[in-house]
Amino acid sequence: MTTTVSATAALALGDDALVLSHRLGEWAGHAPVLEEEVALANIALDLLGQARVLLSTAGDEDELAYLREERAFRNLQLVEQPNGDFAHTIARQLYFSTYQHLLYAGLAATDGPFADLAAKAVKEVAYHRDHAEQWTLRLGDGTETGHERMQRACTALWRFTGEMFQPVDGLDVDLAGMETAWLESVRAVLHRATLTVPEGPRTGAWSAGAGRQGVHTESFGRMLAEMQHLHRSHPGASW
Amino acid sequence: MTNTDWPLWEVFVRSRRGLSHTHAGSLHAPDAEFALRNARDLYTRRGEGVSIWVVPSSAITASSPDEKDPFFEPAADKPYRHPTFYEIPEGVKHL
Amino acid sequence: MATAAAHQAYGTTEDTADTGAYERAFDAAVAADERIEPRDWMPDAYRATLVRQMAQHAHSEIIGMQPEANWITRAPSLRRKAILMAKVQDEAGHGLYLYSAAETLGTSRDELLDKLHSGRQKYSSIFNYPTLTWADVGAIGWLVDGAAITNQVPLCRCSYGPYARAMVRICKEESFHQRQGYELLLALGRGTPEQHAMAQDAVNRWWWPSLMMFGPPDDESAHSAQSMTWKIKRHSNDELRQRFVDICVPQAESLGLTLPDPDLRWNEERGHYDFGPIDWTEFKEVLKGNGPCNEQRLTQRRRAHEEGAWVRESAAAYAARHTSRTDGASKPGETGATRA
Repeated sequence: MTTTVSATAALALGDDALVLSHRLGEWAGHAPVLEEEVALANIALDLLGQARVLLSTAGDEDELAYLREERAFRNLQLVEQPNGDFAHTIARQLYFSTYQHLLYAGLAATDGPFADLAAKAVKEVAYHRDHAEQWTLRLGDGTETGHERMQRACTALWRFTGEMFQPVDGLDVDLAGMETAWLESVRAVLHRATLTVPEGPRTGAWSAGAGRQGVHTESFGRMLAEMQHLHRSHPGASW
Repeated sequence: MTNTDWPLWEVFVRSRRGLSHTHAGSLHAPDAEFALRNARDLYTRRGEGVSIWVVPSSAITASSPDEKDPFFEPAADKPYRHPTFYEIPEGVKHL
Repeated sequence: MATAAAHQAYGTTEDTADTGAYERAFDAAVAADERIEPRDWMPDAYRATLVRQMAQHAHSEIIGMQPEANWITRAPSLRRKAILMAKVQDEAGHGLYLYSAAETLGTSRDELLDKLHSGRQKYSSIFNYPTLTWADVGAIGWLVDGAAITNQVPLCRCSYGPYARAMVRICKEESFHQRQGYELLLALGRGTPEQHAMAQDAVNRWWWPSLMMFGPPDDESAHSAQSMTWKIKRHSNDELRQRFVDICVPQAESLGLTLPDPDLRWNEERGHYDFGPIDWTEFKEVLKGNGPCNEQRLTQRRRAHEEGAWVRESAAAYAARHTSRTDGASKPGETGATRA
């Protein structure tokens, strides 16, 4: 049984969860219907819980969350994308939770260092995926406006989905198999939602890399500035 | 704008195995699938349940308070339906 | 909009021949501390008072999410962030329990939200104050939730069943809110001088508005007497306010913070703390809409609702189509037609 946790892998997964949780937290008080306030907060809380466990395996959770510079974050660019309208949030959820579900199901089946965390998280993530799927169907196959917005969102975020299947040091999973399964699953949902599967490339045309290498998108710096400002204004304080 | 009204659903939660479902409250949802999910998020977020039923509120037929007497009073004068009605000599066990 | 059969109001005054008998039964039930349930006969004014109060209470929970949500993205530790998210989520949940209770009297949530959005129904004025620092999150938890709990615990015995049941659930959850606020302030009070100052500043700003949460003094309270007779309300505004002050003074001492009232002192004779005069002019002004955040809170609420309209419409359209397609319970289009 491997017990050494790869810090790189813990940061990659932890940052994904941390950043997406933060984005979902931005919905508080703005959700399209009150029931959805509760649903989005549940997902955000699950993700924050995962982030705390993962970051704690790599160091001090608060130091890692609040004192790292943008370039030191290892999350996917997908999860840092701004909430946009509800369709963008749902498209981001669909893409990410489908990936996370496959990933945690894979990790839970191993005897690696993430097996315990993955076994717990896979249940949470199954629900997130279901939530995203249910909404994708209702927006895609609902009104004309819903369909247009959902289509636009799915297309806009498509370019961030290739990064999910880049190898991460210390993550022992079958990425090629995961990618096939991901495409199959997402295509099936989009079809049922009467949406067109986007055709564009699934990675950005830029050799500098992406989130897993610490290269992020413009809005991320602003997000971190907000997230870290209070903590950094009081060096060494406890909260 | 008025067609955005989502119908009302009644939520019943089984708090743990061995107990029956109990009415927890209501919520709005566009359809049964979402009613279940919303109920899960709203009424069991502190681990209050192991099973949920949702029923469209409009599908419930309720007895009317006006018929309370004919409905329920006749049952109130039949004490022989209750075990305490019967006197058993002291010391008799397993009864 | 169809009203739930289980909730449908029964025997309104207009269509009832023998109102007198109904009224006597109602009065007797209230006097005997029995609960009134949705389909029971009740005086129109009782119904109206309850709808107004439950709606205002629900609106307060929903608007009350905003001042705290304001700090979710800036919470200074991940532990605090999780706590705050869970708390704001609870408020949404409490709003939902209360709307659900209000709906048992035949007013739909949409109608109630319309009234909130158009300013025809109020929410608690306390949420028209801004959260300027992180310490405000703590002050809200300790003082605002503390005052709310003092007000709400007696509502668990309110004569109207659905309201009382919603309050039982809410009060259980609220005690977490108050404790987390107190703990947050405690950490600041014991922290750096800057943190301590932040906590004191927040308490200075929130103390008086919290005392106003109990409503106007008894001799000026418009609805109090009738609500007490109906057992919607169990204690007077001043009684609850005093109870709150008495609870807070020692708690503030433990925090190492002072309450901003030079007149605050123990009165041996009364067995209570005396406190200074409340600025009721400020209270009335904020109530009228002139508080620091009235406009901002309502605008955000309206915007969330309006911007969410397409989402709700799309889900309703999907349900209309798929419900009729899959279960065959209604003819195609029928569901959509009744919904429209």
